[in-house]
Amino acid sequence: MSIKEKVLIAMSGGVDSSLTAALLKHQGYDLIGLTMNLHESINDEAINDAKKIADELNIPHYTVNFKDIFQKKVVDYFLQEYSFGKTPNPCVACNKHIKFQALLDKAFSLGANYIATGHYARVSYNDSAKNYELLKGIDKGKDQSYVLYNLTQEILKHVLLPLGEYTKEQTRTMAKDLGLKIADKPDSQEICFIPDNDYKKFFKEKMPNKLQKGNIVDKEGNKLGEHEGISMFTIGQRKGLIAAGKPIYVTAINSTNNEVVVGDNEDLFSNSLIAQDVNFISTEELRDQIEIEAKIRYSAKPALAKLFLLDNKKVQINFIEPQRAITPGQAVVFYQGEKVLGGGTIETVNNI
Amino acid sequence: MEKKNIYFDHSATTQVDSAVAKKMLEYMTDKFGNASSIHSFGREAKKALEEARKQVARLINAEPTEIIFTSGGTESDNLALKGIALRNRKKGNHIISSQIEHHAILHTLEYLEENGFKVTYLPVDENAMINLEDLKNAITDETILISIMFANNEVGTIQPIKEIGKIAKEHDIYFHTDAVQAIGNCHIDVREMNIDLLSMSGHKFYSSKGTGALYVRKGVRIEAIQHGGAHERNIRAGTENIPGIVGMGLAADIARVNLDDHIKNLTKLRDKIIDTILAEIPSVKLNGHRTQRLPGLVNFSFSFIEGESLLLNLDLKGIAASSGSACTSGSLDPSHVLLSMGLNHETAHGSLRLSLGRHNTEEEVDYFLEIIPEIIDKLRKMSPLYNPSDIKVSNPCDQCINR
Repeated sequence: MSIKEKVLIAMSGGVDSSLTAALLKHQGYDLIGLTMNLHESINDEAINDAKKIADELNIPHYTVNFKDIFQKKVVDYFLQEYSFGKTPNPCVACNKHIKFQALLDKAFSLGANYIATGHYARVSYNDSAKNYELLKGIDKGKDQSYVLYNLTQEILKHVLLPLGEYTKEQTRTMAKDLGLKIADKPDSQEICFIPDNDYKKFFKEKMPNKLQKGNIVDKEGNKLGEHEGISMFTIGQRKGLIAAGKPIYVTAINSTNNEVVVGDNEDLFSNSLIAQDVNFISTEELRDQIEIEAKIRYSAKPALAKLFLLDNKKVQINFIEPQRAITPGQAVVFYQGEKVLGGGTIETVNNI
Repeated sequence: MEKKNIYFDHSATTQVDSAVAKKMLEYMTDKFGNASSIHSFGREAKKALEEARKQVARLINAEPTEIIFTSGGTESDNLALKGIALRNRKKGNHIISSQIEHHAILHTLEYLEENGFKVTYLPVDENAMINLEDLKNAITDETILISIMFANNEVGTIQPIKEIGKIAKEHDIYFHTDAVQAIGNCHIDVREMNIDLLSMSGHKFYSSKGTGALYVRKGVRIEAIQHGGAHERNIRAGTENIPGIVGMGLAADIARVNLDDHIKNLTKLRDKIIDTILAEIPSVKLNGHRTQRLPGLVNFSFSFIEGESLLLNLDLKGIAASSGSACTSGSLDPSHVLLSMGLNHETAHGSLRLSLGRHNTEEEVDYFLEIIPEIIDKLRKMSPLYNPSDIKVSNPCDQCINR
């Protein structure tokens, strides 16, 4: 009898991770289910759902406490970025520090050589290049490769993402066919640790001293009004003000002067950015200049661009067409076709 | 290999004895009367209630009238502390307890502190033992109650109960002991030990959850904290849980008859675990007193290891144990007991508690002793804190050879 490969699977109690568990179980893996207790907003119901599914599949299930590391690496980071007037993506930070690294450490300590999650993305091994590749999920509407750009060869080697091969519709159908009780559960959308999806209220509660009144100005620097703190704004946000009969938008946030800059829709477009903390999934094909498609936010369409290496961890991206509302703090992810080359955090936005 | 299914967590709860379960069922179906009713069904229930009271009393050498049935250890603790405090408010407002009590005691005392009482929490030494001189020094004219646990639930240390009882008596202070872990595992004689109040819980000695009792010495008056009908001598209102009580009575009889053998068997298994672990695994510490401890309970701290990972690995190998810290229940706070004993945070996180019971065998212990060294070794190699040169050999003989 061959020894079955042991896999630690992250189970949130939702449809995707539950189906992932079911699929791997049917493929004959020896599974251990794990629910990560990350913050106070995780309710017992979600944990109980995960336990129920594990029970249905007859696999051991544990809940482990990652609250401290989540607070430090995700929540504190999130608040700090907003206090600088940026718009962070906490899921990217969570996937980098917790979902994959901490989970993999836990897997090794339990004698498992693989971890699995319910992300819609694919991992494949490139025989000629002798490295692992991260690919978009088959379902382009649901593809989640954007939030996984920080994965490294060391981690990809140990990751199973079975849902990348299916569409969301297919997973729901399969979940129903398998009789999983959570097949109709709605997708989660919001930032998981923020109650009612109200980040402004959350920030005010957690960082009351970081809110400083300042000026709202136009691009020439003329004062148009006052704001209660730059952290309450994000690029592209419509202020709800009408100036000269046109809607106006937040076009920039200047943390040095504590100013919110507003302008027309046209002022939102830029054709270049600099990203830092860049991760390349494989460094094989890196050259000074690479033709890529870049995604500037989770919901954005990939846009043709040129990538220039500035140094190890820093790149400049020049877009062929100007992009609307490129936002510092968000991730920019580089693609070539199906393949994720890497990504980084948007630092500055320019027009060249 | 067949998957093992070994239960080493009897301090959390025990399986209901099959004879106990059978008797409980009888009192749920055929003999279902309310003990307060005057008809034959009620009289039948009342008779069973009083028989159980005798059985429980006999286990601790008390009188049947000194036993008040409750819903468990937590309620017994609440009733004892609040009942004495509220009744004796005019006499004084000072209570003496210890830092290593169960939360049923600690949180009740916090509540009393919020309501005007003063509490001295005695420290413990590295073996989790209180110091009798500390106790004497803590007594004031205002002291109305001493509440010290019989045996600690995390590390197993047994306190000098008889000596505490003597001191309390000399100073005319009530003495309560939380004996939830000790019942059925230790010889308890409330007369000889001068105990005025004692808490117990049925599910720790092979009876069902939701049953407990408080022993209150004849002549000691306590205030009721739950009001309603005239049940349990007007001290604990509420229709008696007859099936649970009848079961606990039978469990008490079984425990009393087998107590000597039970202690002998568990002590043997316990000492085998302690001796083997200390000899074969480096950088390990036995928590709690070496000899003055519960017969089936061991608690170890393994340096460089998280208790949680250890528990999960044991569970995957079919062994149910628990951690001294509350990590698994979602809090990262290390155990208050281990911290009180002077362990640092890191060591207090890495502890493992095994509590053996009536059904455990030597084969099960041997299986545990066979797999534990490799689990510890594997986890240490993965630990960022681990440095092989920090490893200390715990066996003094090995140290001699090295020198």
